Amino acid sequence: MQDHLYNFLLHLGDNALVLGHRLSEWCGHGPILEQDMAMTNIALDLVGQSRNIFQLAANIKGDGASEDTLAYTRDAIAYKNVLLVEQKNGDFGKTILRQFLYDAFNYARYQRLLTSNNKDLAAIAEKSIKEITYHLKWSSEWVIRLGDGTTESSRRINEALEDLWPYTGEMFKPADYEIACHEAGIYPDLDGLKSDWDEEVKTIFAEAGLTVPGEAWMHDGGKRGVHSEHLGYLLAEMQFLQRAYPGQEW
Amino acid sequence: MIKWPLWEVFIRSKNGLNHKHVGSLHAADAEMAMTNARDVYTRRSEGISIWVVESEHISASDPDEGESLFDPANDKVYRHPTFYNLPDELKHM
Repeated sequence: MQDHLYNFLLHLGDNALVLGHRLSEWCGHGPILEQDMAMTNIALDLVGQSRNIFQLAANIKGDGASEDTLAYTRDAIAYKNVLLVEQKNGDFGKTILRQFLYDAFNYARYQRLLTSNNKDLAAIAEKSIKEITYHLKWSSEWVIRLGDGTTESSRRINEALEDLWPYTGEMFKPADYEIACHEAGIYPDLDGLKSDWDEEVKTIFAEAGLTVPGEAWMHDGGKRGVHSEHLGYLLAEMQFLQRAYPGQEW
Repeated sequence: MIKWPLWEVFIRSKNGLNHKHVGSLHAADAEMAMTNARDVYTRRSEGISIWVVESEHISASDPDEGESLFDPANDKVYRHPTFYNLPDELKHM
């Protein structure tokens, strides 16, 4: 069981860290100063959440593990994030849509973790849910604004939808460690997750004038370490310093 | 470049204090101005309440009229409540 919990924590932490890193790539490149700061704020929230989760995971692993060794010394194959969060930023519309699709999922998930029987995880969820609530508000507003905006913004977000939709199915296909944690009461009410997400996406898409795509073939693999080619490049940049100068500190 | 209107941001730092002007930002509408203000001006726990108002709705005094508006008050010191003898028992005045 400890193995399943450990893997589940890595999955949670990796989602936050990888998406946080992706968002941080916008730093200095945002469409306007205010959105540049909004994205880097959210990036910092996510990296902070991953730290909390990794500290918990490191305690379970022992053996000198720390938040840093977990973030900086695992290869892509040991990362358990969903494929959606490692997808490249693309244009602002694609970044926004990726964020919304993930935020809606993350919000529903952390609502459940609030009642986890693992007290540490529930405490982290209680701290994180406030941030995630804001992330969802921010990305929802932008999806509506872009979907219901100009011809160009609508075209771009529709293209992003076509690209990203096939990565959404994986979030609702539980890995063995998620099922084990669900059965142990660590990850409550797994069944309602998809319908909560569907509902949120339907509501926001309706306001944005976007059509929810029908049944489609879905990618998966991220949760068990089988990633798209993008994650390797992301980790190469993120891990460079610790790989080149092991143990280096500020 | 984007031509979004300018908004002025006012933050109340804690209950009981006034909203205070902290700066300005660009946003397409009031909703965006509010989230932008949150992201730009309250990252370090600066406040508990935000007001935003489009800059064009603010009427400002004309600096050229400064002399007629403000100088006349300079020689009227009696308008300050400094000419009273306060009893010793009175503290915190």
